[in-house]
Amino acid sequence: MRSAFRPLTRRGLLTGTLGSAALLAAGGTLAGCGTKGAQQTEAGCVSEDLSGTEKKLAFSNWPQYMDVDEDNNAKRPSLDGFVSKTGIQVTYTEDVNDNNEFFGKVQNQLAACQSTGRDVMVLTDWMAARMIRLGWLQKLDKAKLPNVEANLLPSLRNRPFDVDNHLAVPWQSGLAGLAYNGRVTSEIRTVDELLTRPDLKGKVTALTEMRDTMGLLLMSNGHNPSDFTANQFDDALNKLKKAVSSGQIRRFTGNDYAPDLAKGDIAACIGWSGDIVQLGFDDEQIKFVVPESGATLWSDNMLVPNRATHKANAEELINYYYDPAVAAQLAAYVNYICPVQGAQAEMEKIDPELAANPLIFPDEAMLSKARVFMALDEKQEREYETKFQQVIGA
Amino acid sequence: MSALAHVPTGSGQSASPPPAARPGRHRLLPYLLLLPGAAWLFLFFAVPLLQLAAASLYDPDGSLSTGYALTWAFGNYPTALQAYWPQFGRSFLYAGIALVLALLMGYPLAYAIAQKAGRWKNLLLVCVIAPMFTSFLVRTLAWKTILSDNGWLVGLLRDVHLLGPDGRLLATPVAVVLGLTYNFLPFLVLPLYASLERLDYRLLEASSDLYASPLKTFRRVTLPVSMPGLIAGTLLFFIPATGDYINAELLGTPNQYMIGNVIDSAFLVRLDYPQGAALSFLLMSAILAVVFVYLRRAGTEEVL
Repeated sequence: MRSAFRPLTRRGLLTGTLGSAALLAAGGTLAGCGTKGAQQTEAGCVSEDLSGTEKKLAFSNWPQYMDVDEDNNAKRPSLDGFVSKTGIQVTYTEDVNDNNEFFGKVQNQLAACQSTGRDVMVLTDWMAARMIRLGWLQKLDKAKLPNVEANLLPSLRNRPFDVDNHLAVPWQSGLAGLAYNGRVTSEIRTVDELLTRPDLKGKVTALTEMRDTMGLLLMSNGHNPSDFTANQFDDALNKLKKAVSSGQIRRFTGNDYAPDLAKGDIAACIGWSGDIVQLGFDDEQIKFVVPESGATLWSDNMLVPNRATHKANAEELINYYYDPAVAAQLAAYVNYICPVQGAQAEMEKIDPELAANPLIFPDEAMLSKARVFMALDEKQEREYETKFQQVIGA
Repeated sequence: MSALAHVPTGSGQSASPPPAARPGRHRLLPYLLLLPGAAWLFLFFAVPLLQLAAASLYDPDGSLSTGYALTWAFGNYPTALQAYWPQFGRSFLYAGIALVLALLMGYPLAYAIAQKAGRWKNLLLVCVIAPMFTSFLVRTLAWKTILSDNGWLVGLLRDVHLLGPDGRLLATPVAVVLGLTYNFLPFLVLPLYASLERLDYRLLEASSDLYASPLKTFRRVTLPVSMPGLIAGTLLFFIPATGDYINAELLGTPNQYMIGNVIDSAFLVRLDYPQGAALSFLLMSAILAVVFVYLRRAGTEEVL
């Protein structure tokens, strides 16, 4: 029987390659117009609010960022409380694992002014700032958020990227500071110690989040991360670069520094307060330190994206979580900084030990040392991020 | 002509010529069989590839909010290469070293399974494939535990003074290369096994009957027979290993980052799409060039 295929020869392959190249060129002309701008205007992308008729809400959040019932993991007491109080059915999805990754997930819809199917999503400050810049978020009605007006921590008001407090409301906050494992090393107090102490060489990690790591370095140079110049940034970056090339810094991490710190593979690091609180429950030798020069304060924010059709329901949810009793219920489970004033008093009733924990309810002294990173425009963001990524190796 | 002339034509119907091949249908069939795969390839490979090619030529000054214009900015390529050539070199270096290690382990392994394993053959094959049942990420994370500073392996190496008292494996090039070797080993072993299994033992006997030393037998008989598997295996190993970024991310440090890490950060963190696309194309063409040179040298048409 005769095969219908000619054996593939090198010439055949070459022809194929040339053909593909021609196709490529053709496609180049097809795709010739580039991409459209993703910027949206405030009024251009709003959908009609259906909250009046539809008692529904789609809520996207990070994993383990909501209190669950001790006996039944499917039950979420504070959220269930909201449902029974308001009759609004909440579809709760834990699909935010990483700010950048999530941005990639929703970017095409939001850039084209389409619905993402979400009414509330929780993203970190700088990503919220980017979305605000792109005009992708809906303004909240302050009249419907009396609890937020009354109870939001003063240091989280009028943040650089949302000076009027009407686009982003903190869900939970936290500090980026220093952490160490007391079984492996002695106490550290300053960023300089972390970056230069010889006994820590190769046993230090820092965060891949540019704002957290660079915020600490800027402060260690005596500069203010809420308001700095390009030169000050470069100075701080050079300091980091030295620590990388001397081998002091072992690697840059996301949340994954936590198991390494617990095992003692790393002795000290730049880390997040919430993680260290959790680790501290298992091993009290693992400690969080607010450096003398200051720590960075970040929040994950509840945001209502364009085309969300249940904004009023979302506002009701946001307002509900600023009730001190509800906030305490949530804070008792997640162990980050609670952004709600008055929750500390409520926490006394649930767990006095947690109520006294300064990493959940920071005192004035600690908050006065905490800074929120400056809002960057897209050009600055790319420039700083590129410089930073080059130092951390990518 | 004469032979044909003598065929009796009386019972014409029974002696009708054999049915003519219907060339139309036979010629179309293979293409019809190709259609689903080709359509898939076109939609999910060719089209995105075109888009990526266009993106690599976007105006580097564009931004997400204003959009990118296609300005045929070929300068993106030299700029990207200039900024990230160390990561490029490192990708090829690490993947190359890992390939050599994998060959040293994989060839004897494939040979043993194919020729010497007897009734254990299937079990051994399952052992090679079994780790693939878990996710790539989980396997790499397991290496973090194995190579941990306080783990038994590092402890042992310190005890025999192969590592200094403060020496470590994690966060070094060694860990990244070991991770690459381990993660892609099955891709090398399986094609090799398939080739070596076809090796006829009688050829080896004939070779030794003709007074060839074992080494010479290997060079003149075993190796040529296994060549297609060897080439397929090395390609299946080398290509993904070069583009890998998980191993460098989890087992290495910034100083071990490979080009995959850079591309990842260009697309997801820095939002520099033109540069990310240009780097992707540079990587693809570099790999293609290496593969072509390799195939030329190895001199086989069979694999392509």
